[in-house]
Amino acid sequence: MTREIRYRLDTVFRYAILLFVGIIMVYPLFWMVGASFMTNSQIFSSVGFIPKDPTLSGYVKGYAGYEGMTLLYFMINTFKFVIPKVIFTVLSATVTAYGFARFNFGGKRFSFIVLLSTLFLPQVVLNVPQYILFDQLGWLDSYLPLIVPSMFAGDTYFVYMQIQFLRGIPKELEEAAEIDGCGIMQRLWYIIVPMLKPTIASCALFQFMWASNDFMGPLIYVNTVAKYPVSIFLRMSMDADVGFEWNRVLAMSLIAIIPSLVVFFAAQDSFVDGIAAGGVKG
Amino acid sequence: MNFKTLRKKNIGLLLILPWWIGFGVFKLYPFVSSLIYSFNDYNLFHSASFIGLGNYKKILGDKLIMKAFVQTFKYAFITVPLELSFALFIAYILNFKIKGVKFFRTAYYIPSILGGSVSIAVLWRFLFKAEGLVNMIAGKFGILPFNWLGNSEGAFWVIVLLRIWQFGSPMVIFLAALKGVSLELYEAASIDGAGKLRQLFNITIPLITPVIFYNFVTQLCNKFQEFNGPFIVTQGGPLRSTTLVSLLVYNNAFKSYEMGMASAIAWLLFLIIMTLTAILFISQKHWVYYSDEDGR
Repeated sequence: MTREIRYRLDTVFRYAILLFVGIIMVYPLFWMVGASFMTNSQIFSSVGFIPKDPTLSGYVKGYAGYEGMTLLYFMINTFKFVIPKVIFTVLSATVTAYGFARFNFGGKRFSFIVLLSTLFLPQVVLNVPQYILFDQLGWLDSYLPLIVPSMFAGDTYFVYMQIQFLRGIPKELEEAAEIDGCGIMQRLWYIIVPMLKPTIASCALFQFMWASNDFMGPLIYVNTVAKYPVSIFLRMSMDADVGFEWNRVLAMSLIAIIPSLVVFFAAQDSFVDGIAAGGVKG
Repeated sequence: MNFKTLRKKNIGLLLILPWWIGFGVFKLYPFVSSLIYSFNDYNLFHSASFIGLGNYKKILGDKLIMKAFVQTFKYAFITVPLELSFALFIAYILNFKIKGVKFFRTAYYIPSILGGSVSIAVLWRFLFKAEGLVNMIAGKFGILPFNWLGNSEGAFWVIVLLRIWQFGSPMVIFLAALKGVSLELYEAASIDGAGKLRQLFNITIPLITPVIFYNFVTQLCNKFQEFNGPFIVTQGGPLRSTTLVSLLVYNNAFKSYEMGMASAIAWLLFLIIMTLTAILFISQKHWVYYSDEDGR
């Protein structure tokens, strides 16, 4: 076997693997889209994902929601805490990272060690006392337990990400600005923030995804149906469905992930860069 | 010291002050109180009474709780190696000059980005129903249908497969690391007559051990706290085969409001995670290769 042939065979083999794995990865999602347009009797009768006689009944029933509250209503509930959370996370993480990366102060090393150690602090030990704390504050059954910690840079991962990035940016511009009489906040706003844009974008994107996918938080803290985010509402509908309206549940699930999909496709590269940067440096 | 230097000295502290406050209120205080709760018989609707190691003794004597710990170990140590080897394998192939890398990368990454959502859990329940897609496809190859969700081994593997399917983030990290391995090393190795496989095991893998380490630690921490999968897809069953520790904490805390017991279980899990992380960090010097003093 010559080198040339061998090389070609290798390449073919590689594409075959990639394609095969790709199909396994994506097929369930395609099936989900197709099945949401199928009649209930068809869903469990064929392997294909193209509906024979497409119906919108799943979407119509799914959109109707629960007791007059449409599916859109529950999706808006999700945004009611996701959007503030994203904004507060970006603001607080940037300011904290600025403090760590650009200033010297007593106890900085210690503070940084504490910051790093919270990255490894499992949420599971915190759930019970946090619940009791929020209960005492009277915050249960509101979105406050989900939003307020993000005002205080609660997701340390993002602070760490920003610090790492800031360390790579030369300080000369800021020094020049300082000489020209720029204050600390002016330097942050006019010099740091523009340079940090890519990292800020990936912070916002990841927080958007994580917060909208968050299931346990709302499950513990929110208990009125009218305040349910779409994730909890979905799970409620799934359990209530004893077995007939499959296309409805699938259609609802699909509508619920549309915002995440749109955001992902709009900003794919930011996601991939964000993960790669965090991982390699971290 | 004049005013300006004093201000300059403390401005950094001022900027990170909100974070310190948040840390104290939402992390440190809960962390310490959960340790205290764990030594108490504390139901949310009654007053707490100190019982020392009582909760911990109860845990060690309770077969069902111990089963949750065993299942969690099994789950984490099966899922993480499978997920990571798969992620590394795919990243390795994608690192060859492949046309449409971006397309494949996207296809592999979508399940991860959606992975935590309830929608995917719903989908997973449909796929593995007795009459679901997986059994239908298996049927085409003459494999008899298997009652995945009704069987304790099957349900366990349904969750494992759900997470392996989401190998996207470690894969992206591996891919970035592979791109960082200098091409000269490979050239030198080929001149010396090393084949692709030897290059993989003698150059590539040693050079990316820091990233393997990173992925292993983070994924292990995640998997030990797995909640959504078993809670939504299998509801802990059948025969408690998918009742993992986080699910047990949740049930104790928010179904029976036994806050003391829940905290004790959570603390035991925390100690296990910490011990494993410590072991991994110590083991680093035997297998993780840092190219310069940059290593942690």
